[in-house]
Amino acid sequence: MKPIPVAEAVAMIPDGAVLLVGGFMGVGTPERIVDEIVRQGKHELTVIANDTAKPGTGIAKLISAKLVRTAIVSHIGLNPETQQQMHAGVLTVELVPQGTLIERIRAGGFGLGGVLTPTGVGTVVEEGKRKIDVDGQDFLLETPLKGDFALVHAFLADYIGNLSYALTARNFNPLVAMAAATVIAGAEHIVPVGLIAPDHVVTPAPLVDYLVANE
Amino acid sequence: MDAQTLIARRIARELRTGMLVNLGIGIPTLVANYVPANIDVFFQSENGLIGTGPIPEAGMAHPTLTDAGGRPVTALPGACTFDSAISFGLIRGGHVDMTVLGGLQVDQRGLLANWMIPGKMVPGMGGAMDLATGAKRVVVAMQHVAKGKSKIVKQCSLPLTSVRPVDLVVTELAVIAFSEGRATLSERAPGISIEEISEATEAELIIPQRVPEMIL
Repeated sequence: MKPIPVAEAVAMIPDGAVLLVGGFMGVGTPERIVDEIVRQGKHELTVIANDTAKPGTGIAKLISAKLVRTAIVSHIGLNPETQQQMHAGVLTVELVPQGTLIERIRAGGFGLGGVLTPTGVGTVVEEGKRKIDVDGQDFLLETPLKGDFALVHAFLADYIGNLSYALTARNFNPLVAMAAATVIAGAEHIVPVGLIAPDHVVTPAPLVDYLVANE
Repeated sequence: MDAQTLIARRIARELRTGMLVNLGIGIPTLVANYVPANIDVFFQSENGLIGTGPIPEAGMAHPTLTDAGGRPVTALPGACTFDSAISFGLIRGGHVDMTVLGGLQVDQRGLLANWMIPGKMVPGMGGAMDLATGAKRVVVAMQHVAKGKSKIVKQCSLPLTSVRPVDLVVTELAVIAFSEGRATLSERAPGISIEEISEATEAELIIPQRVPEMIL
């Protein structure tokens, strides 16, 4: 797989796309891809990710540029701009418990019709959802989430697209790489095939559609 | 000793060797500073780390080694990293022995509200609902009273975090234990009387004959 320029990768994303984005408070978010989305001004995006980061990092740059119409996230507490845009009615925020969010993405990528979780039972989170009794315990049916594009940040990628991650920059990345029609990955280092040992590959190459070149 | 230190030190005494422990943001984070010398625990950061160590020395931070607030941390020898599905599998699946969470209100049945104040503070629940629902033991670290109002209430007026009751609340005045839907005053802070605690508590408390002082 020949790595492509970041501008070419981002040019494939249409306005209104549903993006699944890796990262946790900006750690493990593909910054160069995000910067290029801002530069190309992709509008009306739906972002599914753990959080909207802190101003100046990761997904927060998309929020600051007012490119996001809907955010499906677990936390916005460190980004005042997300809260301002939400209160002003220009950004719709769907808050999802973090463990439920990652399982909904996993369900989307793993071909499941949803997951049953005890998290949220008896709270505002259960509104509008089916409650299912399994052996006397209540669970909420949480539906799968999928995206048009996954934006993934790896530590190592090889030239066929195998990915491995570093430390806490792994977070949502391996899951979002399963749940989108098209996967665009950036990596800190692009290395020859064989350099990532088979046991250390976390995201298998066939899942990755485009690898962004490190210029 | 200030209120936060007292709460953190008392909660640290709940730690046992071998436990997997998740600390929330705020007072809970301070618990890590007071782990008793003879106790070894694993701290989990829900962004994907077990073996979370102290804040790195200046110049020793790494951009991909962070806590759940995105701040730099260290990893102790034997640490491991994993993705968010495993991280919350650990939490929801009952593999986390104890979590310490901040609180806005706890009611007399032990139900916790700690994630939003409608119209005022809507940060999102992050991992709090999963932790409050799935951890084996839930300990709440909070001030007893805020703005003249008791935070230990008859019934939460704020949105609940979970319908699974917490096990223990530690404040600067008292330790309150919850079981079978009832709250029992189990310890007093040094120099604090039962009357002072009762006055600062809206919830109905069971007060045993003898309520010992906290050992810190």
